[in-house]
Amino acid sequence: MAVQSNLKNMVLCLFTTCLVCSAVLAGVYALTAAPIAQTNAQLLQQSVGAVLPEGGELSEAKDLEVGGQPSEYYILSENGQDKAYAVKSTVVGFGGPLVLMVGVTADGKVYNTSVLSHTETPGLGAKCTTDEGFMAQWKELDPAVKILKVKKDGGDIDAITASTITSRAYTLAVQNAIDAVKGMGDASTGASVKPKEEMENEQ
Amino acid sequence: MNSKLQLITKGFVKDNPTFVLLLGMCPTLATTTSAINGLSMGLATLFVLVLSNMAISAIAPVVPDKVHIPVYIVVIATFVTLLQFLMQAYTPGIYATLGLFIPLIVVNCIVLGRAEAFASKHSIGDSALDGLGVGLGFTLSLTVLGAVREILGSLSIFGWKIPGTGDGMLAFVMAPGAFICLGYLMVLFNKYLAKK
Repeated sequence: MAVQSNLKNMVLCLFTTCLVCSAVLAGVYALTAAPIAQTNAQLLQQSVGAVLPEGGELSEAKDLEVGGQPSEYYILSENGQDKAYAVKSTVVGFGGPLVLMVGVTADGKVYNTSVLSHTETPGLGAKCTTDEGFMAQWKELDPAVKILKVKKDGGDIDAITASTITSRAYTLAVQNAIDAVKGMGDASTGASVKPKEEMENEQ
Repeated sequence: MNSKLQLITKGFVKDNPTFVLLLGMCPTLATTTSAINGLSMGLATLFVLVLSNMAISAIAPVVPDKVHIPVYIVVIATFVTLLQFLMQAYTPGIYATLGLFIPLIVVNCIVLGRAEAFASKHSIGDSALDGLGVGLGFTLSLTVLGAVREILGSLSIFGWKIPGTGDGMLAFVMAPGAFICLGYLMVLFNKYLAKK
């Protein structure tokens, strides 16, 4: 406050402030970059680990198209055989993107699912990360036995109370992941991919 | 000594940033969906407030008048970014919940307000105490608001579900409930102040 402003001291002051601040931030960034990377890797490891059976070796991230969007997946293999896949599946929920990690075993069954990120309404759709009844029904779910639609739409999935849109989105994300894994198998054996018409109906 | 203590306590009631000065309403309404979220946001702001108050108090005598606002903002932004790095590294859970609102502390009017109104004219020690006082007041208000909304909205407190209860009144978890709660708490607060 005390200093008279002139061009020279204003430029000098702003320059020095920015220089010092940048230096401080660069220093802190250098110090925290490793812990941040470690934390992120740990979180990913947790989310992938939670949806896959135990044992085996996990691959690096691989590119895959899920539900018409570029995404990624991880392969869990044991004795050189693919045991299960963890597929990252993104759909539009009620409040924005809903990103799931879906574990699909080699025989096409869902092993487990977990939410990576969401912007659903707290207390409503956000229950997809806490509602035990809703979460439990994805565990070891066989799409050949259960119809992957919420009960309102004639399927076998119990929706979260008052959150049908979130539940539908969740179901679609799981379906997309299953289809993507099926698509991989079809591509390698040369069999036909799921008819396009059927895909559209599920939307 | 008494005046030093007053620097800290005035933020609790007399100059409470939320209920009396009505500053920083955006993070107040948005992050108080639960007591824990309110508390974390309050502490994050407290951290920035104390450090930026001290730094600004130290540099204020040499900053030319016409550029003091940009200089203060750069200093505040530096501390916020620093906080962001630290939270990402060591408390990823809280960082994921508060996410967007951490960078928004830069433009929280409480922080710049204290820098302008207090830190630029007082000693480093007093400015630190002022930051601490206002920060604690903000933390307290956010925690109370969060707790009330959590009890009414999800029938739990600090993440602990009250046993034998169902779903709460959802409106209180969402924006309308935030405004209603804030309004009533303000009424109670000002009634208490008027009596004094």
